[in-house]
Amino acid sequence: MSDHRINRRDFLKCAGALAAASCLPVSTVELAFADPRENFTFAYISDAHLQLISGTKFVRNWDRGLIRAVAETNLLDPKPDFVVFGGDLAQLALKEELDHGAEMLSKLQVKVHHVMGEHDYYLDLGEYWSKLFGPQYYSWDHKGVHFVVLNSILTYDDWTFNRWPTAKQRMLEMAGLDNPNGSPFMVGEKQREWLRQDLSKVKKDTPLVVFSHSPIQKIYKGWNFWTEDAEEVQALLKPFSDVTVIYGHVHQIQYNQIGNISFHAVMATAWPWPYPQTYAQAEQYLPKLTVPMNRANPFFERDATGWQMIDIDSGRAAMNYNLYNNARRTVAFNPKTRQPEDKVFQDPERRIPPQTHF
Amino acid sequence: MTMAHSEGPPLGLPPAPVPVDNPQTAAKIELGNKLFNDKRFSSTGEVSCANCHAVEKAFTDSPLVVSEGINKLTGTRNAPTVLNAVYMKTMFWDGRSPSLEDQALHPFVNPVEMGLKDHEPILAIVRSDPEYAKAFQSVFGKSGNAITMKEVTQAIAAFERTKVAANTPFDRWYFKGDESALTDAQKRGFEIFVNQGRCVSCHVVEQTQALFTDSKFHNVGVGINAIQKDVPALAKEYIRAQVAATEVDQKVLSDKKSSELGRFAVTRYFDELGAFKTPTLRNIALTAPYMHDGSLKTLRDVVVHYNNGGVTVAEDPVNDFLSGGIRPLALTDKEIDDLVAFMEALTSPEVAQLAKEAEKK
Repeated sequence: MSDHRINRRDFLKCAGALAAASCLPVSTVELAFADPRENFTFAYISDAHLQLISGTKFVRNWDRGLIRAVAETNLLDPKPDFVVFGGDLAQLALKEELDHGAEMLSKLQVKVHHVMGEHDYYLDLGEYWSKLFGPQYYSWDHKGVHFVVLNSILTYDDWTFNRWPTAKQRMLEMAGLDNPNGSPFMVGEKQREWLRQDLSKVKKDTPLVVFSHSPIQKIYKGWNFWTEDAEEVQALLKPFSDVTVIYGHVHQIQYNQIGNISFHAVMATAWPWPYPQTYAQAEQYLPKLTVPMNRANPFFERDATGWQMIDIDSGRAAMNYNLYNNARRTVAFNPKTRQPEDKVFQDPERRIPPQTHF
Repeated sequence: MTMAHSEGPPLGLPPAPVPVDNPQTAAKIELGNKLFNDKRFSSTGEVSCANCHAVEKAFTDSPLVVSEGINKLTGTRNAPTVLNAVYMKTMFWDGRSPSLEDQALHPFVNPVEMGLKDHEPILAIVRSDPEYAKAFQSVFGKSGNAITMKEVTQAIAAFERTKVAANTPFDRWYFKGDESALTDAQKRGFEIFVNQGRCVSCHVVEQTQALFTDSKFHNVGVGINAIQKDVPALAKEYIRAQVAATEVDQKVLSDKKSSELGRFAVTRYFDELGAFKTPTLRNIALTAPYMHDGSLKTLRDVVVHYNNGGVTVAEDPVNDFLSGGIRPLALTDKEIDDLVAFMEALTSPEVAQLAKEAEKK
């Protein structure tokens, strides 16, 4: 690593160590303060799926998940610099659901950046969401890192505009898994052009962090763990030395490295998805997904949900997963192997084998 | 009460686990019994372990809300029973102690319990008192300064490990098929216990045994509800480690608000804010009042609290950190009565007998 990457944490480590010989020379440490980048953290809450039952009645389980994540985020010390909400605040993009979520998120004591999810979008094509939360794609700089938010859940115009008799049906069709009437997510040409222009102003050694709702990589099409133009978007990110893409939608921990890009998924506060069967190493004979939930423990409604605190260390993300009734996990970029790795469970010997289901 | 080391476990319980470095012997158990009841191990000479864990009160201090130590000083928590504590994976309501041996160290020196400055006065007594000297020599082969708190707490723990109690009407019905052991209301109550009431998810009943606890920690909306505004400031104290691990014992028993942080004060995990250990339900009918703070007077109050989804008064807001399993249960009044009737079937005859005899006195 070059000297300009020395960060505040290293400085503190050295300042605390009496054995100065093992630390960096003071002159180099001073560079840390000349560098605009500093270590910082932000919190990431995603996929609340707040669902209206009728009147003012909402599904209690999903409400409690978001309420708890917000309350716990407010207890973080030191405070995160900001919070990202990763999309799918609502279940069927109803005004009532988005308002309900906005009210809950208003309790957060730091700025919230919003990402569009398909459950927020396909009723009115994001109109009410934008009224509440602003533009659907945008960028900003923070402590030397360039952040980008994409709306990655768009799809073919023909599907969106010509196919469905009602907006409500369009929303319901996009909300289904394994739905032959569904359509793959995409960022789209217009937004890719915006991204190209946005990134043209950014130096190539600036750490880049991209937030999207769907993974900007192709994992499993049947559940839209997928972005149709992922390769085109990745190509725009390729010239940068440190790139991290963080996405929601999948309700499970995933991480991957493609070229220079580290991918991380975040947990939902609502419910977990099982890993799609294409993940399995051996042939399986599972029936088509009929049960929308696969909790280790069906009693504890928060089991296999969570939220995350993200440490941006030298421009790379360390994902700290706050998991209820489960061991907390950290997945961080390993500069030696140049890929994200689980701090504890990466070693095959440390892994917990899956349960056998009968 | 059944002696775990000499007989099999009573109906409904597994064999009591015994650590390899502290095997059970009759002489050690007898020594532990003596230590457990010795009031000299407190600053006033008036408080022994048995004050708060009285044999005739199912090893609690029922009906006290929270325990009373020296000079009637009160702590913040309701005395948990010693009965079946041998099966617990951690000790105290917040699990801040890993074993019965370790647990026994702390009340001696807690200012609101037995009030000693350190353990020296105990050692002075057990090293010089002829009866103790003889017993420690025969049990541990040690005398004088070779006797330490390790031997003292090992003997107390050995005594406590014999306090297992089961063989209740429920056990005779469930494990032996004795249909006459339970009333119809109690049988209906069990049905609710494992289904609509969702009780069994934490108060575990298995095919061959029933500990009625998962040895885990849950925020069930008791205590924490009253201090929600204070949580951010209190949590910060613990996150920043301004309260050292060694101070937690004193802090949580002397400061009501810190007490309500529950397991979080020990682990500092958000997941465990306001969370307390699941107590066993065995002999629960004898140990009112209930919950870690003794805030619920009757078993019915407890069921109503759970039926409300984690609040004692139905209209109150639930706390932000409520455990995921706690939600409104929609039980009818009759179902609540049945559930209470079921819990009354969890009393061991010999424990009830001791309570009855004490009442006569």
